[in-house]
Amino acid sequence: MDFPYLTSIVFLPLVGAIVIALLPNPGGKTVKWIALLFTLASLVLAIALFFLFDRSQGGFQFVERRIWIDALNVHYYLGVDGLSLPMVILTTFLGSLAVLVSWKIELRTKEYFAWLLLLETGVLGVFSSLDLLLFFLFWEVELVPMYMLIAIWGTPPPLGRREYSAIKFVIYTLVGSALMLVGILALYFSAGTFDMVELGKADLKPVLIPLPAIFFLLFSAYAIKLPVFPLHTWLPDAHTDAPTAVSVMLAGVLLKMGGYAIIRICVTILPQVARDYAPLLAALAIVSVLYGAAVTLRQTDLKRLIAYSSVSHMGYVLLGIAALSQVSLTGATLQMFSHGIITGLLFALVGLVYDKSHSRLIPQLGGLARQMPIITVAFSVAGLASLGLPTTSGFASEFLVFLGSYTSNIFDGIRIYTVLGIIGIVITAGYILWMLQRVFYGPPNPRYEGVADADAVEIVTMSSLMAAIIIIGVYPALLTNIIDKGILPIMTRLGT
Amino acid sequence: MPHELAWAILLLPLFSFAVISLVIRPFLNRQSQISGYLTIATIGAALALAIWTLFTVRNATGHELDIGKISWLTIGDVHISMGLMVNSLTAVMLIVVTGVSLMVQIYSQGYMKGDPGYSRYFAFMSLFTASMLGLVLADNLLMLYVFWEMVGLCSYLLIGFWFHRPTAAAAGKKAFIVTRLGDLGFLIGILALYFNQHTFDIAQLHELAIAGTLGGTVLTWAALGIFMGAMGKSAQFPLHVWLPDAMEGPTPVSALIHAATMVAAGVFLVARLFPLFEHSSSAISVVAAIGGFTALFAATMGLVMNDIKRVVAYSTISQLGYMILALGVGSPVAAIFHLFNHAFFKALLFLGAGSANHATGTFDMREMGGLRRFMPWTYATFLIASLSLAGIPPLSGFWSKDEILALAWADNPVLYALALATVFMTAFYIFRVIFLTFGGEYRGKVAKESAHGGSHGLHESPWVMVIPMILLAIPAVISGLVNLPGSFLGMPAHWLSGFMGEAAEEFETGLASISVLVAALGIFMAYAVYGARWISAEALGKNLAPLYTLTSRKYFLDDLYERLIVERALLNGFFAILGWFDTNIVDGAVNGVAAITRVGGGRLRRLQTGQLQGYGLAMIFGLLLIIAAFLIKGG
Repeated sequence: MDFPYLTSIVFLPLVGAIVIALLPNPGGKTVKWIALLFTLASLVLAIALFFLFDRSQGGFQFVERRIWIDALNVHYYLGVDGLSLPMVILTTFLGSLAVLVSWKIELRTKEYFAWLLLLETGVLGVFSSLDLLLFFLFWEVELVPMYMLIAIWGTPPPLGRREYSAIKFVIYTLVGSALMLVGILALYFSAGTFDMVELGKADLKPVLIPLPAIFFLLFSAYAIKLPVFPLHTWLPDAHTDAPTAVSVMLAGVLLKMGGYAIIRICVTILPQVARDYAPLLAALAIVSVLYGAAVTLRQTDLKRLIAYSSVSHMGYVLLGIAALSQVSLTGATLQMFSHGIITGLLFALVGLVYDKSHSRLIPQLGGLARQMPIITVAFSVAGLASLGLPTTSGFASEFLVFLGSYTSNIFDGIRIYTVLGIIGIVITAGYILWMLQRVFYGPPNPRYEGVADADAVEIVTMSSLMAAIIIIGVYPALLTNIIDKGILPIMTRLGT
Repeated sequence: MPHELAWAILLLPLFSFAVISLVIRPFLNRQSQISGYLTIATIGAALALAIWTLFTVRNATGHELDIGKISWLTIGDVHISMGLMVNSLTAVMLIVVTGVSLMVQIYSQGYMKGDPGYSRYFAFMSLFTASMLGLVLADNLLMLYVFWEMVGLCSYLLIGFWFHRPTAAAAGKKAFIVTRLGDLGFLIGILALYFNQHTFDIAQLHELAIAGTLGGTVLTWAALGIFMGAMGKSAQFPLHVWLPDAMEGPTPVSALIHAATMVAAGVFLVARLFPLFEHSSSAISVVAAIGGFTALFAATMGLVMNDIKRVVAYSTISQLGYMILALGVGSPVAAIFHLFNHAFFKALLFLGAGSANHATGTFDMREMGGLRRFMPWTYATFLIASLSLAGIPPLSGFWSKDEILALAWADNPVLYALALATVFMTAFYIFRVIFLTFGGEYRGKVAKESAHGGSHGLHESPWVMVIPMILLAIPAVISGLVNLPGSFLGMPAHWLSGFMGEAAEEFETGLASISVLVAALGIFMAYAVYGARWISAEALGKNLAPLYTLTSRKYFLDDLYERLIVERALLNGFFAILGWFDTNIVDGAVNGVAAITRVGGGRLRRLQTGQLQGYGLAMIFGLLLIIAAFLIKGG
């Protein structure tokens, strides 16, 4: 039997969490090192998969399958293809960095790191499950740690509303989950299986509920997660009140669960519906892009600003999905990866600025470039990547989305939507550069005299993210060569 | 030598950028002068290779080098590769970029001495040069766009180099955003071309346009979109507003931006894609109109500025207008010829302005005057550049400007009138600068003679700054040689036209005489007002008050864009409404649903009092109701 790569990758963080939980009175340092060790182990295995992945044949690889609930035909069924492997790598990468970002956490360290690691297992499970019920289970697993992490380690009152934000996040997601569960059951009754690979090939006949209804039941759950306008307002609240590492995970990987699930489930299983409703999806995408960008410009809290910019940037993911071409879907997937590392870096940096200056409000900041030159460089790199500057991953992915959607033949208006989407990058340039100007440039503020710059651990974190941003930006084929193997079956199914 | 060596031209300055930012700045910041030496060495080597390229291209068949492509990205049927397109246009541009950049880097050694950001400066300068070289060398539109944006980035970083100054930070941002507005069109143009022809390859697009496969409205719209990008970078009306503010950067940066990089990019882009423009009559007439109008429009603002760098900046916009006009009337050779000449005399004007600033500590000409006695080298070189700019024969500027005027005359009398009026204004504003800065008596605050010598009194700049100025003064005089109407000093007549494969323009003595007379009149008028002061500048200003206000306030365009559109209409208007909508309506609905659920739950909860009597009563009532229902229905 082959080495169970995926089981190890998914559950190593959980094992770490259990080890931490079982240790009697461990010191904070011990807990951190254990957490780092297990997340790094998971990352190393994920990178191994990147090299072992057979690019010549595509399809699902490293598959593990066991019967789980025989009566319902439910399996413990894991596997990755070109679509999910980059997401697994992204999650393990940000998971390790989230531990480093939390290096200065001193409050209830044991519980904190246990929850953080459990969160990572939940997300990894979502990206590697090939059985819908297992998928659903992992989707729900992530909720509890998120609630705890925000409600206990979040921004305390009077500055934050951590309990409000935590409960808002949970309820919003649960509403989506309820709809998704109905959708999953409807699929089960139509095809008699939870097997996602099977469903991805089946020609479904509607039972009880028409297919478009199933599509949108599932889609609403994922649209909340992505998030898509008007279902996005939980995101700025959750981000504002979450501790830094949780923001990194939330923006970096949790949102991608939404985009991934739309491609993996909605589009792959019900491609005809996706094609019929492409104009609606594209319209939602463009509203998210432009509306998100416009509202971002108005934000004065750094964390809210980045949170709203995520709404705008995830709109490009949906645009790529709506256009349903090989290039656009590859671009959408690359955009998820790219946004994960860029926004992960941005949130890590906002956290640093806040830790050191004790403020996140833009009007109170200014001239920080003198006190924090290293943080300024990293912030600028992340910001420029966010506004889609060539040679950063942000450009590679957004360009592919634009190219794919402009040349798509899904419906005539798609070119107009693409042009509107491109206008979004000017607004993005506006809010990013204006933010950099107000926070870092201008005369140094005496209030922040003697504030420290990044330390060694922080430099490691941001350098690895910056390196990833630039490597993907200069040579995106590194990932697209894998991603398009995962997109190909959808294209075959659509008959294009 | 293998033609692949051309890659090194691009990679050398890129290497310098990487070494400075990854090694020297973090680990050897004490020895920051290494950064300067490394930059100069790599750009010097790039210049040597550029010269080699020029000779190789001249001898190559079809004046084009054959260089293999590197595959970059393949998705489905989309293949994108990276390669170099080295032909006569490339070869000329390579010389301009590396030549001017090298002079600017040497000068910067003196100008930036002791600046805490010394290494950062040279890192950005290396990247700036590399990006411009990449743009010039790119063989496909996507690669060109990548370096195009990198040029935009570097201008942002260098204009905002002294980021602690709010004006510098704002100017950098403005340059980036205004040019990006133009890039919007560029990107859409690229996508439209790809959608129609499935290629990014420039040579292939040329063929398709020439064969007529690519044509009609698609070509027109794509060409106009691409021209929007050129308007942004080459500061054409209405996207010119970033360039005058761009002088917030260190002066050598302005020299590089205004001469060899950045603004040259737009002109180059249109020249590079000229077959596309040529085959769309509507697109090319827009190009001509925008160019002609910008030439005059910018010149009027140059007349009234008090800041020496601003005058030179408006002069750049105006001269770029000439180049765009030349393209619009169908002659890439005339455009590139003027770009070539302009690069040297304009870089020289900026370095001269920087030198004056080095001595006086200001850019305000009202606080200068009489500098010719203290700074003879600066004065002499500045005067040469001004004469060249004004179009006085036999200096280089005369030859290229004359070619453009002749072309405009042949094309459309309105365009010719615009161009000729600009000749007068150009001569006037640049000699206004000469008389205000170098003529008359010194009016500033710096002590004329220093008590202990050294750097305190008014003085000439150090040799490291003066020598590049002298080196640039030489081409400012003779660079016209490349396309003289007659053979001279061993250069064949119309060498550039032949090299770039365009029919040579006839030299028209009549037209040339008119333009020289007009330029001389401009100089004379400037002398009358600012030199001899026969006419009072103040009285002139009062009599023409509305015009003066209009031009000195830059036609209120900054106010329109920044105050009215960006601040009022968008940021505090539409976007503010959306922000309110998001908090109160979208999120309000979410909280509303939550509140209804909670309140509703609270009401329902009151029913469950836990008192058995109550429950019992309710049960009896319910039972009675059911019995009643049965009796009525079942009866």
